[in-house]
Amino acid sequence: MADRFAPGDRVRTRSVDVAGHTRLPGYARGAVGTVVELAGRHPLADERARGRDAEPHAVYHVRFAAADLFGAGDHSVVVELWEDYLVEERA
Amino acid sequence: MSGEHASSTISAEVRHVESLLEARGLLEPGEIDTRIDEFLAGGSPANGARIVARAWTDPGFAERLLADANAAIREVGLSMAGGIQEQRLKVVANGVGADGTEEHHVVVCTLCSCYPIALLGPSPSWYKSEAYRSRVVRDPRGVLREFGLVLPDSVAISVWDASAESRYMVLPRRPDGTDGLSEEQLAGLVTRKGLIGTAAV
Repeated sequence: MADRFAPGDRVRTRSVDVAGHTRLPGYARGAVGTVVELAGRHPLADERARGRDAEPHAVYHVRFAAADLFGAGDHSVVVELWEDYLVEERA
Repeated sequence: MSGEHASSTISAEVRHVESLLEARGLLEPGEIDTRIDEFLAGGSPANGARIVARAWTDPGFAERLLADANAAIREVGLSMAGGIQEQRLKVVANGVGADGTEEHHVVVCTLCSCYPIALLGPSPSWYKSEAYRSRVVRDPRGVLREFGLVLPDSVAISVWDASAESRYMVLPRRPDGTDGLSEEQLAGLVTRKGLIGTAAV
């Protein structure tokens, strides 16, 4: 399966608060960031935590400006996110 | 009252599950302890220090390390394959980037306590603390200052949150005035905090 995202792509994370286990940290919900690179392919942790078999999906390092996450800060935060959490952000 | 402690209940439940798995032939007796011992064997910050010293003295190795850390660390006899499956290692380098900006990296796991155990050994207790995990993503400059690392405003800080399957290690900047040192002497300068990014080296 072709990768959905490439380095430099702008992406937006899922904004809903899902029930159960997820690896999208709360502070990075509904935020826009930039794909750094592919970090491999792994079964989605959310599915595995529910005891379901899961096919490997692409995982990406995504860089966010701290100000976009917390409203303040001059640093950046790189979060490792499954493609399932991401949609393309059109400029 | 220790018998009512929550961890005792969990321990009893884990032992029960373990004995069921053994009774059904899914695990050999004692297999879990053996696997844990294997996983932890040899894990020590000295491994990370050895990788850093090699990168400081061999630019080709440094380049390979940043491009594909799992392959590069095999050159120095190390591996991320100690667990059930090989974990991806991502090494991030402190120093001046291509755009001329000096960058400093620091590692955290905000969701739990993911850490390159196979390489660096068990993580320090502060790494697992709620205070570190919640604060370093919001105010890394302030947290690093509390660790005694004061970075000028001109240094860009990147916080790496180990929220999925990768494990991170920081490649600190080689200190000035260390030109005459051997690779082994250089390794002796590198600390666990330096490999996490809460110290300069």
